[in-house]
Amino acid sequence: MAYKYHVTEGENVAPLIAPGHDYATITDKISGDVLDRKTPRGMMITLAVSFLFVLVLIGAVSYLFYKGVGIWGINIPVGWGFAIVNLVWWIGIGHAGTLISAILLLLHQHWRNAINRFAEAMTLFAVACAGLFPILHLGRPWLAYWLTPYPNTMEVWPNFRSPLVWDVFAISTYLLVSFMFWFVGLIPDLASMRDRARKRWQKICYGVLAMGWRGSARHWHRYETSYLLLAGLATPLVVSVHSVVSFDFAVGIIPGWHATIFPPYFVAGAIYSGFAMVITLMIPVRKLYHLEDFVTDRHLDFMAKVMLGTGLIVLYGYLSELFFAYYSGSEYEGFMMHNRITGPYGWSYALLILCNGLIPQALWSKRVRLNTLALFLISIVVNVGMWLERFVIVVTSLHRDFLPSSWDMYTPTIWDWATYVGSLGVFVWLMFIFVRVMPMISIFEIKHLLPWKGRIYDTSADAN
Amino acid sequence: MNAPPIYGLMAEFDAPEDILAAAESARRKGYREMDAYTPFPMEELTDALGIRHTTLSLFVLCCGIAGGLIGFFMQYFTSVIDYPVNIGGKPLNSWPQFIPITFEMTILFAAIGAVVGMIFRNGLPRPVHPVFNVDRFELATRDKFFLCIEASDPLFDRDATEAFLKSLEPSHVTVVEN
Repeated sequence: MAYKYHVTEGENVAPLIAPGHDYATITDKISGDVLDRKTPRGMMITLAVSFLFVLVLIGAVSYLFYKGVGIWGINIPVGWGFAIVNLVWWIGIGHAGTLISAILLLLHQHWRNAINRFAEAMTLFAVACAGLFPILHLGRPWLAYWLTPYPNTMEVWPNFRSPLVWDVFAISTYLLVSFMFWFVGLIPDLASMRDRARKRWQKICYGVLAMGWRGSARHWHRYETSYLLLAGLATPLVVSVHSVVSFDFAVGIIPGWHATIFPPYFVAGAIYSGFAMVITLMIPVRKLYHLEDFVTDRHLDFMAKVMLGTGLIVLYGYLSELFFAYYSGSEYEGFMMHNRITGPYGWSYALLILCNGLIPQALWSKRVRLNTLALFLISIVVNVGMWLERFVIVVTSLHRDFLPSSWDMYTPTIWDWATYVGSLGVFVWLMFIFVRVMPMISIFEIKHLLPWKGRIYDTSADAN
Repeated sequence: MNAPPIYGLMAEFDAPEDILAAAESARRKGYREMDAYTPFPMEELTDALGIRHTTLSLFVLCCGIAGGLIGFFMQYFTSVIDYPVNIGGKPLNSWPQFIPITFEMTILFAAIGAVVGMIFRNGLPRPVHPVFNVDRFELATRDKFFLCIEASDPLFDRDATEAFLKSLEPSHVTVVEN
């Protein structure tokens, strides 16, 4: 039992930073990975492969612009299809970043300092991917700006009573606030990069972005206030964003959508899938860049626990959907659930319960949580499961609604898949570019964790 | 006294506890126009240097309230005054449905206020500053801690202040050119 959580004095605890690091080595390691190190081969391969998928997306979108949304599998009962499945999936993935940076900051979970930068970047790119889909789904995407209220010659305004307009505001606010949060967190590190850079162009690039940050105590004081306020603002924001996304469904009257459980159930699902994605990306990047000193097994263990916890909330959501379908006594709700489980898309529901409900229960075991490969595989399973969840909600609710005469099947086409895997390519590509040019771990926040005489962080308290 | 020919004197320390002690001594000695430069935030220095609490929070609050009001009245104006449309028989001022956007606008304005307020109140962007003239200052973002007593301080005297800084046992004392 070398691994303990509730530490009393003298006991051994897995540290948040490997022993032997001081302020200088932390700076040199994290900034050196960007400034001095040659791009690892694994990274070049990932960049090349993901760029191929970026090209796939460009191709799929170009064809879409040329032909229109008819190239997708959507039809009249299932008007939403992949585009909305992917929107909800991506935006959910984004939520873990904000949760890690904002909520865990407010809760004094210092272990977040090692992963918040990475998770924030993930948020940013995931939200960018998410935003793409509803715009492509518009049919005439070049008129997307009609969704914003601006004085126009048609003299009409958006319908502010519509959840789809709320979505525009929620997602664009989320994108902007995530960007600002990420950038503010980067400023002191950009100054570190500027001061460590030896090449002139590097000095200029990081110098411009650092805006002349000099680490003055007066600046730090205001900086910390600002950062804390941003965290306090981002916390309700992240909850509101996925609630608004769930309103897109819940405000409609379709059986399977019209449920009050949707907002909390969506928020929990978002955090669940987001943590899964952080784990999926962090494990290979940690290996590629030898970051085991900063992203320790203890971090992975914490993330696995959050995943397990939110996964149970999601499972509770599935059970309560079943219960409501039965208890409501509504013929249509009952049929929807029956059709969801035994109908033509029954396989997706069975897979969903397997991926999101059953397999992640392995995380109760400490051995599984500490086994990097097992954790990596489970996180991928959860990503798939969360995608299936949105597929189940969108497709099985729509394809057989009130009138049997309007029923139809939905089959995604090659263009649906191309757009989806293309967005995955964009995400991975942007993520790896980010890792290549920016410090992926917050340098100053890691330094903040080192104890010094007069101030010793009780890291043991973080585990609780 | 004429315009000081130099910006100040800067002492370099190796450890956070040293700069904290140095800042406290300097303040006891009566110096007021001084600043510390550290690689990470040290809340303790705020008190040691006698930095007044920032009013940023108040500014952010005002931005948030403004955002909320703008958000709500944008919807009220467009839906009730400028182009009323009967949608599903709902009242024109169906305010509960205006809440999500009001909320998002509150957060957006407050967040912009927090970022822009922090950057501009800190006087950034400022790529050129006298402290950057010190060669070793680039270590302030790595692992060294600097205390700079500025020449604008009434007690500043080049020799006496230098002697005082040296008494704090820093690793270096440097003149900061203007």
